[in-house]
Amino acid sequence: MSQTEAAVRDDGIIASVSGPVVVARDLDARMNDVVYVGDEGLMGEVIEIEDDTTTIQVYEETSGISPGEPVENTGEPLTVDLGPGLLDTIYDGVQRPLDVLEDKMGSPYLDRGVDAPGIELDEEWEFEPEVAEGDEVGRGDVVGTVEETVTIDHKVMVPPDILEEDETAEVVAIESGSMTVEETVVELDNGAEVSMRQEWPVREARPTVEKKTPRTPLVSGQRILDGLFPIAKGGTAAIPGPFGSGKTVTQHQLAKYADADIIIYVGCGERGNEMTEVIDDFPELEDPSTGNPLMARTSLIANTSNMPVAARESCVYTGITIAEFYRDMGYDVALMADSTSRWAEAMREISSRLEEMPGEEGYPAYLAARLSQFYERAGYFENINGTEGSVSAIGAVSPPGGDFSEPVTQNTLRIVKTFWALDADLAERRHFPSINWNESYSLYKDQLDPWFQDAVADDWPEKRQWAVDVLDEETELQEIVQLVGKDALPEDQQLTLEVARYLREAYLQQNAFHPVDTYCPPEKTYLMLTTIKTLNDEAFDALEAGVPVDEIIDIDAAPKINRIGVQEDYEEYVDDLKSEITEELRSLY
Amino acid sequence: MKEYQTITEISGPLVYAEVDEAIGYDEIVEIETAQGETLRGQVLESSDGVVAIQVFEGTSGIDQEASVRFLGETMKMPVTEDLLGRVLDGSGRPIDGGPDIVPEERQDIVGAAINPYSREYPEEFIETGVSAIDGMNTLVRGQKLPIFSSSGQPHSELAMQIARQASVPEEEEGDGEASEFAVIFGAMGITAEEANEFMEDFERTGALERSVVFMNLADDPAVERTVTPRMVLTTAEYLAFEKDYHVLVILTDMTNYCEALREIGAAREEVPGRRGYPGYMYTDLAQLYERAGRIEGRDGSVTQIPILTMPGDDDTHPIPDLTGYITEGQIYVDPDLNSQGLQPPVNVLPSLSRLMDDGIGEGLTRADHGDVSDQMYAAYAEGEDLRDLVNIVGREALSERDNKYLDFADRFEKEFIDQGFDTNRGLEETLEIGWDLLSMLPKEELNRVDQDFIEEYYREDAGGETETEATAD
Ligand SMILES: Nc1ncnc2c1ncn2[C@@H]1O[C@H](COP(=O)(O)OP(=O)(O)O)[C@@H](O)[C@H]1O
Ligand SMILES: [Mg+2]
Repeated sequence: MSQTEAAVRDDGIIASVSGPVVVARDLDARMNDVVYVGDEGLMGEVIEIEDDTTTIQVYEETSGISPGEPVENTGEPLTVDLGPGLLDTIYDGVQRPLDVLEDKMGSPYLDRGVDAPGIELDEEWEFEPEVAEGDEVGRGDVVGTVEETVTIDHKVMVPPDILEEDETAEVVAIESGSMTVEETVVELDNGAEVSMRQEWPVREARPTVEKKTPRTPLVSGQRILDGLFPIAKGGTAAIPGPFGSGKTVTQHQLAKYADADIIIYVGCGERGNEMTEVIDDFPELEDPSTGNPLMARTSLIANTSNMPVAARESCVYTGITIAEFYRDMGYDVALMADSTSRWAEAMREISSRLEEMPGEEGYPAYLAARLSQFYERAGYFENINGTEGSVSAIGAVSPPGGDFSEPVTQNTLRIVKTFWALDADLAERRHFPSINWNESYSLYKDQLDPWFQDAVADDWPEKRQWAVDVLDEETELQEIVQLVGKDALPEDQQLTLEVARYLREAYLQQNAFHPVDTYCPPEKTYLMLTTIKTLNDEAFDALEAGVPVDEIIDIDAAPKINRIGVQEDYEEYVDDLKSEITEELRSLY
Repeated sequence: MKEYQTITEISGPLVYAEVDEAIGYDEIVEIETAQGETLRGQVLESSDGVVAIQVFEGTSGIDQEASVRFLGETMKMPVTEDLLGRVLDGSGRPIDGGPDIVPEERQDIVGAAINPYSREYPEEFIETGVSAIDGMNTLVRGQKLPIFSSSGQPHSELAMQIARQASVPEEEEGDGEASEFAVIFGAMGITAEEANEFMEDFERTGALERSVVFMNLADDPAVERTVTPRMVLTTAEYLAFEKDYHVLVILTDMTNYCEALREIGAAREEVPGRRGYPGYMYTDLAQLYERAGRIEGRDGSVTQIPILTMPGDDDTHPIPDLTGYITEGQIYVDPDLNSQGLQPPVNVLPSLSRLMDDGIGEGLTRADHGDVSDQMYAAYAEGEDLRDLVNIVGREALSERDNKYLDFADRFEKEFIDQGFDTNRGLEETLEIGWDLLSMLPKEELNRVDQDFIEEYYREDAGGETETEATAD
């Protein structure tokens, strides 16, 4: 959280305290101003003003706080600090670095009333200018770079709020070399000074030129996603599912393997140990595109379920603002929010303490609007400095009782274009990822086809359609099997069921915990599918030639399809397997 | 300390009083009735001039003559290692006739959140001796793993079996001076009979000496139940993170805790959430469950086994639903399996241990552990599905493959699950039984198991292979 103190306005005093909601009297404040509450100076934000009473949501625990204690106004909205040092860091919901808090508090428990800047103010960075004296620069223009991590060159930009939209200014002085984020690196002729650090209010989208149609996939290395339900760079996706169905593992897989430049992972109201797992694992794991440690491209925001509820409401905004900042540099950013339901519930909790008129299931009437404002900040953009960058937003949804008809799931589905429906039944039988292939969809798949055709194989769309058709047919046949048993079906249908079984067990399932299977490049995804297609085509030829279905199903080569996923040298394995399948089946007639 | 005789309203468990000084949110209150009885409560809302107080013992006996004292501090638990072996009431006062407790510290019962950066990821396998858990839903130190049950089911027997048998394999043969083990038992609104079962078991096995028992029984005040688990967890954290104990916390029954929350919410006329439970119940439960764990640089751990009885045996009910969203898995006790006489009647299919993957495998348990578990899940699920079909079409109409899966499901329940509440099975034995069962299936059906493990463990003579070969001919 930002540390600058603007003109301090009139302070007030606490009139009442109830959980995270504090009412103050005589406070001169604007909506969304950040205030410090009580003798301990707990951070809060103004959320309602009525006559001379101001309602504040407090980002820290309020036990023991009494009426009569002071409330101090900073006169500034909730902002984040932006600059080098955001990556390889873990924050709470109001951008306080958790490692710094541990240090300052001298305890593993989160104490109250401790603040810390979002980026280290004393650290020095090697600034390399990219402009010369006399150059004209406009909003967002890159004036230099800093090596932020081994993976990421941080672009130092002219903040969007120091010039007007089409205004430019001349560079009159430039510094280079080791500098802190607050030192001036570039001076402009209008007197403005650019440093490596900017601030931005979290509830406001950073400006762009325009949103474009995304045409590149965010390749995830997860077969069912890339193969059947791809998301675009700059796309939006929802992963709803009951507890234990695989939301978090899917989000972690994306954070590990998606081919984005930057990952912003927001743990919103979920488990502490899940964040610890990321903190432990990511420095050790390799980014598949660069081979560098994953943390070098990652920023984590953790407001776990036991941390104050108001900061849960703000953490998604903190996350998406950081994402937009890297997008402005021309990077492809992917943001995961686990879980957006906890954010919605935080809104509900605060709203009910304000005694606002509840909408559906007690959620405030503005739920849908807030959700769409959030997902609208995702997209493939032309930036104000002329570069292109993207923010992909992937939100987990935790519907009560696993029932997708509830408001958060429904309102999210109206906005996002990719829907990965998790299924408790599949999870029970340890079919992972338990993404239901009948219910899920991607509205991007057609616009992404050219990319896959170019990068992987020309018949990518046809092969996908074939798989979808077989799986659809299986679903219908299963209904009959439930009544009469498999043996009562005609032979060709029995064969379809067998092919579909390989699609389910080999292609759709993928073990996130297997060192090889955990990441599947699109080429491998494609080859696996073509192997199953080979089995299908050869098997139907054999059937036509009069071979009984039992013999076809029983060939030794077929079960080897299930092992493609765990093969490191999959190309050779697949080649051999295809010939083996063909030979064995042809030898039957 | 000022005393007020200013009660303006009494409603359910709540009392409203006028005050002329600043009273802190959550502060502790003593109310003395005209009869001289002292009741305790807590400030739920504090505004200029008026406070709302929630009274733990219930408000009966309170009238407008009663006097109200504000103690100027939030609720504390007196903690010391001497609590081991003691029996306390639901508010932490001794009820065993023993000596007064001389606290080493008094700690706030509303524990501050553990900084996620300061946590240590739990990955030390706890051997419970129960195959359904060790084999397929492995528990680790610092995990929160609830038992989802329903009324009349033997969840207490299962919890006691775990408490009795739990051990960490390496340490048995280790230097002997490793951290000690302690059990903290928190009863919330259970019957005296159920409570006695636990107490007798603790006494019989000598476990009481290394236990602390908190008792809020069915006829104790309901509102007190909202503080009992916080007392329990404050004690647990103290023993774990300051005195290096490995603490196992058993909380039963979380459903009664949630009912108490609902009662208070209703008395405050709050806008209710799903099925009348407060909208903040997720956060409230998280503040309890998230107090399990390990902390970097501390030797002890807090492992939680909360027990809850699902109203109507429905896991979409808010209590199990919200719990499942917070805890690191869940163990289902199944009424059908119970009526078939299985002990423990654990249904593994909906059960889950989220921390299993990092706690098992080579160097931790056994290299094939994960594969065996995955394959057994898949096979049992398939057998279970076929049971419905077999009722319609009969076994003869099913293929030989299907029949094998049916047999698998039957033997899985009899041999793997139904071990009895008194049998302590080592992990090796559990996995060996697993292989006995998996070997009923043809090798190529074992697609979740690494080829090398099949070569090492598959029993060629178990019937899985031979019969398939016969049909292929
Ligand atoms: N792709 C996967 N591969 C293997 N196991 C998985 C996979 N996805 C989920 N799981 C299993 O399911 C469990 C629950 O998944 P999780 O993502 O935590 O669920 P949710 O977030 O929906 O509650 C995990 O602990 C893991 O055991
Ligand atoms: Mg999750």
